[in-house]
Amino acid sequence: MLVRSVLDRFAPAALLLSGLLIGTSLFLPGPVFAQSSQNKTSSNPSQDLLSLQNNPNDWVMAPKNYANTRYSKLDQINSKNVENLQVAWTFSVGADRGQEAAPLIVNGTMYVVAPYAGPHPNRVFALDAATGDLKWSYSPKPNLSAQGVACCDVVNRGLAYDNGKIFLNTLDDYSVAIDAKTGKELWHTKLGDINKGETITMAPLVVKGKVLIGNSGGELGVRGWVTAVDENTGKIAWRAYSTGPDKDVLIGKDFKPQYDWMKGQDLGVKTWPPDAWKIGGGTMWGWIQYDPDLNMIYYGTGNPGPWNNNQRPGDNLWTTTLFARDPDTGQAKWAYQMSPHDLFDYDEINESILLNLKIDGKEQKTIVHIGRNGYIYVMDRQTGKLISADQYDYNNVSKGVDMKTGRIIRVEAKTPTLGKTVVDICPNADGAKDWQPSAWSPKTHLIYVPHQHLCMNWKTSEVGYIAGTPYVGATVDMYAGPGGYRGEYMAWDPVKRKKVWAIREKFPVWSGTMATAGNLVFYGTMDRWFKAVDATSGKVLWKFHAPSGIIGQPVTYSVNGTQYVAILCGVGGWPGVVANAEIDPRVRNGALGFVGATQDLPAYTSGGSTLLVFALGKGTQHAASEQPVKNPSKNAPTDNPGANNAGK
Amino acid sequence: MQASKSKQRSHRSTLGLLGIGLGIGALTIGPAMGQSAPKGAATTPAKTFRVCADPNNLPFSNKAEAGFENKLADLIAGALGEKLTYAWHAQRRGFIRETLKAKRCDVVMGVPTQVDMVDTTRPYYRSTYVFVSRTDRHLDIQSIKDPRLKHLKIGVQLIGDDGFNTPPAHALAQQGMKDNIEGYTVYGDYRNPNPPAAIVTAVANGDVDIAAVWGPLAGYFAKQSKVPLTVTPITDTASFKPLEFEFNIALGVRKGDHERRKVLDDILVRKRPQIHALLASYGIPTVPMPVKASQASASDEPKK
Repeated sequence: MLVRSVLDRFAPAALLLSGLLIGTSLFLPGPVFAQSSQNKTSSNPSQDLLSLQNNPNDWVMAPKNYANTRYSKLDQINSKNVENLQVAWTFSVGADRGQEAAPLIVNGTMYVVAPYAGPHPNRVFALDAATGDLKWSYSPKPNLSAQGVACCDVVNRGLAYDNGKIFLNTLDDYSVAIDAKTGKELWHTKLGDINKGETITMAPLVVKGKVLIGNSGGELGVRGWVTAVDENTGKIAWRAYSTGPDKDVLIGKDFKPQYDWMKGQDLGVKTWPPDAWKIGGGTMWGWIQYDPDLNMIYYGTGNPGPWNNNQRPGDNLWTTTLFARDPDTGQAKWAYQMSPHDLFDYDEINESILLNLKIDGKEQKTIVHIGRNGYIYVMDRQTGKLISADQYDYNNVSKGVDMKTGRIIRVEAKTPTLGKTVVDICPNADGAKDWQPSAWSPKTHLIYVPHQHLCMNWKTSEVGYIAGTPYVGATVDMYAGPGGYRGEYMAWDPVKRKKVWAIREKFPVWSGTMATAGNLVFYGTMDRWFKAVDATSGKVLWKFHAPSGIIGQPVTYSVNGTQYVAILCGVGGWPGVVANAEIDPRVRNGALGFVGATQDLPAYTSGGSTLLVFALGKGTQHAASEQPVKNPSKNAPTDNPGANNAGK
Repeated sequence: MQASKSKQRSHRSTLGLLGIGLGIGALTIGPAMGQSAPKGAATTPAKTFRVCADPNNLPFSNKAEAGFENKLADLIAGALGEKLTYAWHAQRRGFIRETLKAKRCDVVMGVPTQVDMVDTTRPYYRSTYVFVSRTDRHLDIQSIKDPRLKHLKIGVQLIGDDGFNTPPAHALAQQGMKDNIEGYTVYGDYRNPNPPAAIVTAVANGDVDIAAVWGPLAGYFAKQSKVPLTVTPITDTASFKPLEFEFNIALGVRKGDHERRKVLDDILVRKRPQIHALLASYGIPTVPMPVKASQASASDEPKK
């Protein structure tokens, strides 16, 4: 069976470069790289990132590469020696909230962003990736009028890099470009308004000189969009809304959907009650993929909001929809709606992975979407045609996907209706999987998926209270799915369409994951374990007890011949609220039900903000250079000999 | 009324609890802000009456302390002989957690008695969802079942909390009305003063023919409106159970804070005439407390 990542099909020059570096990384230190990178800045910027994504020494975008495989060719740390993995250095980002960001590593410098909390919300740090020395930090000035307003979210899922610039999304809706060398702000652009409930939490992706950014806040009546910002000027190049008329959704003559209910004019208006699309949700706070050969970007949109489902009859296009678009113009190429008229808050902002898979004897360019609604969709990424759609976790709200019509087949008895108690809805409102990204290994031909295993009961009982306006809401009581576990880390074969192995976890597995050529996969747990697992067998080979629960994204990189593995720890996120915030864990329906599913979490962890970096063997570096001063009584102590200009 | 207006500089954390669609949550800025008592103990009176409130949510409260909940807080602070201070926070998800539960303040001035996030005092008023329409339209509609509604454009408030919305919004949907409904989020646009007022403005402007709105909001803004507006309580609601259209509103204290609740209960009884006058002066439509509301909690009853 021939299975290749789309990566392998990228520019031959890039392949050559990365191939060279793999063999020579031991004696090709950082500076050489820096130079080669600089030489390229004047050429086509897309070529630059296309090369860098394949450089195993770097981790230049949150998903590692445009195909979103989160696979590294580094193999110094491997299944044979991983038991010797030790802490190399650590760093605190200074804000004990949910840490979901992926650190970036470019030319030996690590860039990491903190949540929107504490005295310096969304602060960015540049660190020496080998030593942990702080090179610079940047603190965006938060919109003062916004203080005290934003509703929901404080996490940040990461930064982006291109052409010597770091790109930051702030929670209060700014896109910021920062000089990667100096930490100096180059430009900032306001993309939305936090006062309307609109926020940004996703990691941007830079494609062909455009920074691609989506918004959050669907529950608050926000209309979802993805916006492309010119990386040099900060000017908005295009914006594609997820609801409304075709001209706003950027649907034109190139748009060729496969299935009937998505064909027609202005469906983003017609599949809603009049004007309901204006506040219809469909935000985009997850992941974007890019296929340079097809010149298409891909992303999924969020749930419809804020209407109760019986008030928004219709399919509510283009919410919970996977879009393919032209990155230059934003024009839609195809779309596929996963949950027409969503009932359960099944956002489909989850990652997809671009893979070339040999299916039924022929190699196909696929996009694999690991859906929040509990299905793994394999589709033709050129046309949007379904190849397969399989349940990957216990599911009693739908019976499958009709491969002919493309529509999901619902179990009607599980429709939540006000006044009716619906018990045992699986998966629960945050789906079989949420934002936490999966990985793909071209060595094992498996997809590694961190996910939840939760169900819920839906009872009308609670009186809600918002802005002085009482209403009757529902108690959403979440609990472990069948088998009594709440999370799972699984390996899935997308060709054979089956689960190969699975590790059951006490809590939802809310961290991302990565795979390496060392035949390892890494992930973290909410009860503070960071684990390295044999990619073939699923055997846990190494684990580390972290300061706080892990909901971040592991990355790996190499500096001067040493491979490092890094992850931010600090519990939070939806399921972690109970551990890092003042919620009474005895109230099962707090945090919209999630407290019920994780109420024992405070017995395992509190909040945290520590970046952990591991390497094989000797542990901390350059201790040998530190000596006690010879005659300590003579001179007043000054800086340590090895001290750096951290923070200056 | 001795309550001085020293507004303490409360730590204004952003954020409420989690976003459903956002897959996140988080919060609490931590122990540092645990105490919101003003700095400089020398000038601090022995006791402060610490209120959690939204700085931009008339008629309930605002930072200029012009809301009826501000005035009620004044009244209670005066009765207690305590100094009134505020912890300001937008009333979004996380409001209770970020303010009351974070101990930045001790009392929320208005919560439905059924809310289980807090302990509630005896209710000090009961209001209802109402219809608001332009007086010159002479609509005189009181029931959600009124057949005329099918031919009107109706504004409703949207909560957005995982799909749950106000009782009239649900009831109108049950009556099959979907295409003639216009939604206004209760959060509104926080850049504007009084963000939730947009729905009443829409009635005055003629953007919608009629709107179903929570009484205090409707009554107050109808009273301010240059275009004369008529406010009519929604009746004939029994068949929409379990939806409730009338709610008892009380003060909220932290769970287990029984001592404070008892003190507040006593003041609410003693000051009843002043409180009624205050509500009337803000145009708040009230309805009689049922002798025994089905959902009434024990604290709804006067203490023996």
